Amino acid sequence: MEHAPATGHVAIEETTTGLSHRKLLIWAFLASECMFFGSLIATLLVYHGKSLSGPGPKEILDIPVTSVSTFVLLLSSLMMVMAYSAITRGRVKAFRIWIMCTAILGATFLGFQAFEFRHFALEGLTPRTNLFGSTFFTLTGFHGAHVTVGVIWLLSLFGYSFRGDLTRESGLSVDLAALYWHFVDIVWIVIFTVVYLIGVAL
Amino acid sequence: MAALTVPGVLRRPASYTGLWSWVTTVDHKRIGVLYGVTAFIYLLLGGTEAFLMRLQLARPDQSLVSPEAFNQLFTMHGTTMVFLVVMPLGAAFFNFMIPLMIGARDVAFPRLNAFSYWCFLGGSLLLNSSWFLGGAPNAGWFSYANLTSKAFNPGHGIDFWILGLMVLGVASMAAAFNFIVTIVNMRAPGMTLMRMPVFVWMTLVTSFLMILAFPVITVALIELMFDRMFGTNFFNPAAGGQPILWQHLFWLFGHPEVYILILPAMGIVSEILPTFSGKPLFGYPVVVFSGIAIGFLGWAVWSHHMFTVGLGPVANSVFALTTMTIAVPTGVKIFNWIGTLWGGSVRLTTPMLFAIGFIAMFIIGGLSGVMHAAAPSDAQQQDTYFVVAHIHYVLFGGAIFALFGGIYYWFPKVTGHLLGEGLGKLNFWLMIIGMNTAFFPMHFLGLDGMPRRIYTYSGEMGWGLWNFVSTVGVGIVILGVLVFLWNFFSSLRRGRPSGGDPWDGRTLEWSMPSPPPLYNFAAIPRVNSRDAYWEQKRGEVGDPPTNSPRSNSHNEHSSNGPIGRRPQGSYSDVAEAARLSIHLPGLSYFPILVAIGLTLAGFGLIYNLGLLFAGAALAVLSIYGWALEPVSDPAGHPLGH
Amino acid sequence: MSLHSQPPEHAHPTPLTYAKVAIVLALVTAVEVAIFYMESLRPIFLPAFIVLSAVKFTLVAMFYMHLRFDSRLFSGLFVGGLLLAASVIIALLALFQIIV
Repeated sequence: MEHAPATGHVAIEETTTGLSHRKLLIWAFLASECMFFGSLIATLLVYHGKSLSGPGPKEILDIPVTSVSTFVLLLSSLMMVMAYSAITRGRVKAFRIWIMCTAILGATFLGFQAFEFRHFALEGLTPRTNLFGSTFFTLTGFHGAHVTVGVIWLLSLFGYSFRGDLTRESGLSVDLAALYWHFVDIVWIVIFTVVYLIGVAL
Repeated sequence: MAALTVPGVLRRPASYTGLWSWVTTVDHKRIGVLYGVTAFIYLLLGGTEAFLMRLQLARPDQSLVSPEAFNQLFTMHGTTMVFLVVMPLGAAFFNFMIPLMIGARDVAFPRLNAFSYWCFLGGSLLLNSSWFLGGAPNAGWFSYANLTSKAFNPGHGIDFWILGLMVLGVASMAAAFNFIVTIVNMRAPGMTLMRMPVFVWMTLVTSFLMILAFPVITVALIELMFDRMFGTNFFNPAAGGQPILWQHLFWLFGHPEVYILILPAMGIVSEILPTFSGKPLFGYPVVVFSGIAIGFLGWAVWSHHMFTVGLGPVANSVFALTTMTIAVPTGVKIFNWIGTLWGGSVRLTTPMLFAIGFIAMFIIGGLSGVMHAAAPSDAQQQDTYFVVAHIHYVLFGGAIFALFGGIYYWFPKVTGHLLGEGLGKLNFWLMIIGMNTAFFPMHFLGLDGMPRRIYTYSGEMGWGLWNFVSTVGVGIVILGVLVFLWNFFSSLRRGRPSGGDPWDGRTLEWSMPSPPPLYNFAAIPRVNSRDAYWEQKRGEVGDPPTNSPRSNSHNEHSSNGPIGRRPQGSYSDVAEAARLSIHLPGLSYFPILVAIGLTLAGFGLIYNLGLLFAGAALAVLSIYGWALEPVSDPAGHPLGH
Repeated sequence: MSLHSQPPEHAHPTPLTYAKVAIVLALVTAVEVAIFYMESLRPIFLPAFIVLSAVKFTLVAMFYMHLRFDSRLFSGLFVGGLLLAASVIIALLALFQIIV
């Protein structure tokens, strides 16, 4: 990630496609991430219903609580596009508010996840308990790790905005974080459907 | 005077000479040299491992190497040759040549590039440190579950294998992202996709395979690591886990990996053959599309490694068919290479010999590959020496031959000196005779039923003769490599000066002095056709021919003597770049610091949580330093703007 | 940073559009959860959930990630990775006889 703060010293480069290097990089990275989460989801599905002991998804997953946390993450994506929209219009103060909201909602989602993990452990489901535990905690844990990285990235952007580095021209830096953040959101859309709704119902 | 103080921690490095300039370099050419030298050292290590195994197997019932050591040797031989030799040797050429071939001054992300080298070095050291820390990994380069479970493999060898491969995976992916962006986005004006040299195309396809295949092995490694370290159940049959899942995930990565190894080799051969045939590559678009087709199909064949697992007739049939389909684009390529030779004014230089050797050996390996593709036939060959023969024909006779050809072809560009032709030919003939002596008898051994990965065998089996012949063959290969080393070191100092264009080259890298200046191109070239430099030399109107075949001293850079070695990245280059107002990417400490952090974290996961956090903290802080450090030094390089 | 990297602003949706998309996303999630609690719909659970989550996925990718407005190269990269991942999942499910 070549973060080039727009200090005016960085030469504007012409590129073959007219697209920025960094944006091309992040999309290639997200394509790669599809395979990462795809493999984790494949493992979970292959082992669906193969656990030799309980508790399984039907006994332990709490759809109402997770629906709320899913909603929180969706809302954070809205805040993120608002932040991006603000920075491209040069409204740094509005940007700070929106990006902070995004980070707070992301942290809230992580809080839900911590609560959920702890609750499951108390109910007797750990990564060692059965196949469901191993696959569930690994998949959602890595998603949570991605959210954590995202929150740190957002807070860093919030911090940069006070250095005077983040101006209308550097909307790209926000754009990259936003793409990452939305990607983490759509991964959760899949996880919520596959692990929670389908996992419990079928 | 011009060093920028990065948030109170480190002064930005500013010296372009000396050891620190190599540690902090972001120049793709230096990184290419680092990759090449490191990978070659690992080639010697992996070769030594192979030779020890061959000595042990030369006669029946020997006990030169213990069974335990033998397991470690074949595991590390395979892992080393795949991840520490063929891939990074390919990466050496990606690094050095791709920007030159597409007419760019560097890669898209110079610091990320440095990071991928240091990460590769860190991962390889992590993996190999296991030799001294209780024993190397011993479950084969594919490390099938349950050979790897804590119960059956309690030492740390497998942990080193897991973490080493993870760090190496980070290195490969970082490099692959970089080359995708570089090739898509940094081509010189006029270089459309269908004007790119085939090597650039194959690098692009390989990079896509890497970014899509490495996440799969990463997930498999994570699951294995969690099983071993935290007691999860992914591959634990006692809890319903299925070891077969490891095989699927491993080969889902492993088969694209095969093409990651061979496509760059095919790219190199596609550069060498037209140059020394004096005519353009026959059927360029077909060669390109065949390469892309191989990249796609490579995803649909992985279970042919698992024909004897019992997937059932439907799955076996599907994978047999897809595997046979891959022979089509591969065969198309071979016909195109032969078509390139046909009617050309062929010059049998050493690179050309290696390229032709590649075609011949790859055909043999490809044919036995098609034999494996038939599932019933594979059932007889699975886990025998027949398969060992096959993979060495495609990876040694194929990939390594092409890479040696690449070394002979591009050595003059990197150093300004030609490798000796006489020694080169001796090197080639020793290697091709040696490899056929070593690996062809393995076909017989395999059909005679000799299993792979056995540390010895009884004299009654009747395998003694061909095993002995095979060991002699490896000895001949080793002689060939020694001749290469002799050639390399003598040519480095006293080799014939090459000038910019010793081969009447077709592609842009030959249009510049050897070695190229730090900033590559004083003016970014404009490309009007495939084989752009040939076109230019043959005197397009407006473009004065800068060169004529084989008399190229006037092509040398003005600030240098007509011949002789220019120190790369010298002070004069920096001055020249400043004069031409070319922004050089600034040197940086952060890539190596992040790589050190990741490697320490790897050791920490095995030994000590404190070390894990220290390594992770170093990596994170260095990433911040990296993010806050401008790409090029705003205060200017030593001479100012 | 290319001169062309930022598409003209009018090409990007307005905050109002973003908000509308968010409302649709929330509604679809609500519908999903509602279906989940309707036992009578059990036979169509699987297709319904897959379609609804695909709708959400597509909306976020097209509007929030700007794929609808940005270069097709980005869409190609992402959809390529996505299709490959989906194929791998389906192939593994078939090989493990979860689906036939």
